[in-house]
Amino acid sequence: MSLLPTVIKVCYFLAALLFILGLKRMSSPRTARAGIVWAGYGMLLAVLATFFLPDMHNLGLIAAAVLIGVSAAWWSGRRVAMTAMPQMVALYNGMGGGAAAAIGAVELIGYVRNLAILHPPGMPDTSPLRPESWALNGLPPMPAVTTLSPVELTLGVLGALIGAVSFSGSLIAFAKLQGWLDKRFVFAGQRVVNMLLLAGAVLTGVLLIGGHASMPLIVAFFALALLFGLMMTLPIGGADMPVVISLYNAFTGLAVAFEGFVLGNEAMIIAGMVVGAAGTLLTQLMAKAMNRSIGNVLFGSFGAAAGEAQAIEGAQKPIDAADAAVMMAYAERVVIVPGYGLAVAQAQHKVWEFAQLLIKRGVKVKFAIHPVAGRMPGHMNVLLAEAGVPYDLIADMEDINPEFSATDVALVIGANDVVNPLAKTDPASPIYGMPILDVSDARHVIVIKRGKGTGFAGIENALFYADNTRMLYGDGQAAVGELVNEVKSVDG
Amino acid sequence: MIDGFLALYIFMLAAFTGYEIIARVPVILHTPLMSGSNFVHGIVLVGAMIALGHAQTPIEMTIGFIGVLLGAGNAAGGYVVTERMLEMFKSSKPDAGKGSH
Repeated sequence: MSLLPTVIKVCYFLAALLFILGLKRMSSPRTARAGIVWAGYGMLLAVLATFFLPDMHNLGLIAAAVLIGVSAAWWSGRRVAMTAMPQMVALYNGMGGGAAAAIGAVELIGYVRNLAILHPPGMPDTSPLRPESWALNGLPPMPAVTTLSPVELTLGVLGALIGAVSFSGSLIAFAKLQGWLDKRFVFAGQRVVNMLLLAGAVLTGVLLIGGHASMPLIVAFFALALLFGLMMTLPIGGADMPVVISLYNAFTGLAVAFEGFVLGNEAMIIAGMVVGAAGTLLTQLMAKAMNRSIGNVLFGSFGAAAGEAQAIEGAQKPIDAADAAVMMAYAERVVIVPGYGLAVAQAQHKVWEFAQLLIKRGVKVKFAIHPVAGRMPGHMNVLLAEAGVPYDLIADMEDINPEFSATDVALVIGANDVVNPLAKTDPASPIYGMPILDVSDARHVIVIKRGKGTGFAGIENALFYADNTRMLYGDGQAAVGELVNEVKSVDG
Repeated sequence: MIDGFLALYIFMLAAFTGYEIIARVPVILHTPLMSGSNFVHGIVLVGAMIALGHAQTPIEMTIGFIGVLLGAGNAAGGYVVTERMLEMFKSSKPDAGKGSH
């Protein structure tokens, strides 16, 4: 049976390889689907190999937990709507962070237990843990228990801290995106309280590493870490959630890598570290697309110190569906700008139907996507792909912005802040400096919007008051449905 | 277990690998890729299994059990959600959009 450990090691190696190749394939649309399947095989291999590790107990419990966890997550992941994907990623990521924290907890509790065995009454505290000092003190032979080295202990505590923060933080992010926690939770001196919580968690962690490990200290450490994750995420607004989820994704990766070191599992170290680095870069890309720094997202409150905003002149001018439909049916170029409102209204299929009618009439139609349209970069692309919109009709911000001046009609559906010209003109606006889609350059702009209120970030939108803008009020799905009918009636 | 410096090299090389993979990704794949990387750290399941496998007291076993539950949720949920997102990219054909250009 001496072959078995080698086989297990090979399985872990192949898993790490498949993860990296899988992620690599996931970074191109053509190979992306194969990528997740490769990574999936890697995971299957690693999990199966783990059952055959030497000295494994509780195999029944392990199998039961794996079965329950997998079926619950599989079922929920299959059922959830495409629009709810961001919060599902947050939820599953939180679970990963929680698992890393749990590993840390089990290792620390086992460490305290073994420490007690190695320091029986009569054993001088100063004596090194050498077998001979047991005999010198008239004690029985030293028991064969393993303790954690200082490096293992440090990384174990660090991984547990990061994992616990990612766990409670991700759950709050999930609750916020799910609409369970609408209010932002802000109070005076919040930053100080949060800093104290973090300092407390770090301090207890240092005490754990510094040889004062005990059960009460472990409990205090985890309570402080979990509370910090909770309190840190509560004041962050919904618009910043994608950045936060991405950051916690990177956190969980790091936590997994550190716990992997403690357990001596190379596959965990590699997979965790790859995700940690990739997640950090992805977080930066997202924050940049929203013109926010990561520090700003975590510690600033969005829109709180906006100062004197420019007053907006004029009034919103309504249009009815029939006029809007005729305008677009006889246009040469139409650019459709979808925002999160479209996703909420589940209108992506209806919009594609409308676009196809226009295309049949010879209108050149394109979809313009802001990098942070939807709730995550690329979220809107996923939704449009779901509706069957081909890639080459979808344009990024950099490509489409010069084209707006040659566009007859820009149709904005459920987008608000990403088309707000104040981001360019009003230095007092909280979104000032954010790159936007220049829809106001188009000859005509039609905005489909539920009512006259402000957007996700709570900021007035100058676009809605512009001379060339007409407002088509109504639910996204219903309004586009009307447009479809009107265009059909134009065709006769 | 693992030699400390060897681990440091693994940490460093893996970090560069992760950075390089993401650096060339088009924006449209950011959400699926975040979801995909979320699946990959589901390898934490293996760690939780090892922790539960070595657990001895009831409290260790309880926490280990919860850890395996959560890790299994991370891995399975991450896979399903990513696969569903990427499924859509498979179905679109490059010749479907001849209305434009």
